[in-house]
Amino acid sequence: MVLAVAGMAFLVLPLAGLLVRAPWSTMPERLAEPQVLEALRLSLVTATIATAVCLVLGVPLAWLLARVPFPGRRLVRALVTIPLVLPPVVGGVALLLVLGRRGLVGQWLESTFGFSLPFTTAGVVVAEAFVAMPFLVISVEGALRAADLRYEEAAATLGASRWIVFRRVTMPLIAPGIVAGAVLCWARALGEFGATITFAGNFPGRTQTMPLAVYLALETEPDAAIVLSLLLLVVSVAILAGLRDRWVTSA
Amino acid sequence: MLRRLTRWAVAAPAALALVAGLSACGSDDAGTAASASPAASSAASSSALTVFAAASLTETFTELGKTFEAANPGVKVTFNFGSSATLAQQITQGAPADVFAAASPATMKTVTDASLAAAPTTFVRNKLEIAVPPDNPAKVDELKDLADSKVKVALCAEQVPCGAAAIKALDAAGLKVTPVTLEQDVKATLTKVELGEVDAALVYKTDVLSAAGKVTGIDFPEADKAINDYPIASLSKAPAPDLAKKFVDLVLSQQGKDVLVKAGFDAA
Repeated sequence: MVLAVAGMAFLVLPLAGLLVRAPWSTMPERLAEPQVLEALRLSLVTATIATAVCLVLGVPLAWLLARVPFPGRRLVRALVTIPLVLPPVVGGVALLLVLGRRGLVGQWLESTFGFSLPFTTAGVVVAEAFVAMPFLVISVEGALRAADLRYEEAAATLGASRWIVFRRVTMPLIAPGIVAGAVLCWARALGEFGATITFAGNFPGRTQTMPLAVYLALETEPDAAIVLSLLLLVVSVAILAGLRDRWVTSA
Repeated sequence: MLRRLTRWAVAAPAALALVAGLSACGSDDAGTAASASPAASSAASSSALTVFAAASLTETFTELGKTFEAANPGVKVTFNFGSSATLAQQITQGAPADVFAAASPATMKTVTDASLAAAPTTFVRNKLEIAVPPDNPAKVDELKDLADSKVKVALCAEQVPCGAAAIKALDAAGLKVTPVTLEQDVKATLTKVELGEVDAALVYKTDVLSAAGKVTGIDFPEADKAINDYPIASLSKAPAPDLAKKFVDLVLSQQGKDVLVKAGFDAA
């Protein structure tokens, strides 16, 4: 119990610190600055798209890892967690070396389509998805392994096609895992800093997400940084709390 | 169904708690990493000297640190290199530093305003140069070329000294440049050129020299309008004030000047 309270305090105290030091009197005018809303909008949009990308690519990958035995599966599972252990800045450099203008794939992208990812909003999504996807894959894979295969087998013996089995049996079974994974994924994408500033750079309205704005504000105006941090925190917690209620009541 | 529901209901607050932690550590990476090392060194004996210095001083101060250790046996010099603005914030928040060397008077002022240092001395000056990849893909050869919308330019953010200097130089030339990115410090700006992701950037002459052939530097006349003074000071709350003073003396000595000028700085 004591340890639980200590753990709670450890997580909550930094937030209290932000609240105590927040410059409440100048808060309204700071929040009204167009750059702030621009950064917030960009953060929410990119984190949401990144989560969608992670769902589209990550759920099949999790299914492969959980259900299809193939040689080297352990290795692939370890590779999937690389973005978790990699410092995000290193991840950003790695992305540049592959998708940058002179990168292995990026070179071809530029010469074929005249398109380059660094310094674009799409680049922000790529950086966020790279860092956040393992959270989704691990969570969904866990749910798939915990789900009882016999339900799916029973449905199949009763004549359900593979698609019906997946949609009517597997999906509902693992839905909590997918939701939890998507929540973690979105949250990680929203807070992403290192890979974003390295790969996508920093330009207001295009690639400057909230964490980048906070970091640069900290260089000269710590008060502004506190306001931005609080705003990001309040908005993200509000959205996640709202989603949770929806999911619990409608499930 | 009901059991699964409760499981999710239990898991959700846990996920929420994680969110707070995650977004905090995501945005705080650089700060905590930089402040961790001096905190550890302060626990050691008084024969340790901690120097906070601008990122552009990385090579020269590392060399001077070795000279200092050789001249003062038993003394261990620890450096914290980073953006001057970040270092100034860390010092005002109580980081245990002995010496602060900043890349601009403005960042030093943060520290002197908090009465944490008195009478800083300007020890060198640094000039901007245009840095381009060795093959110069956009054929840049003067400052005016950066205003071309087809040229991808990286600048430092205006909050850090190299960004402030870049704005000054561009204003002096009456040019309007739209960069693709505003980087958090001069080394990050340089890296974008080294990797060939941008066609040109404004960085310090010393950074071009330290990149040793991986970028080409181009001088431009407007750089004279945006010369950066580098002030150094020993800090009033220094854990090792005697060593701090000795180190500042070394930087200001002829020997110190030689090292700095060799790296491309202008003598103050």
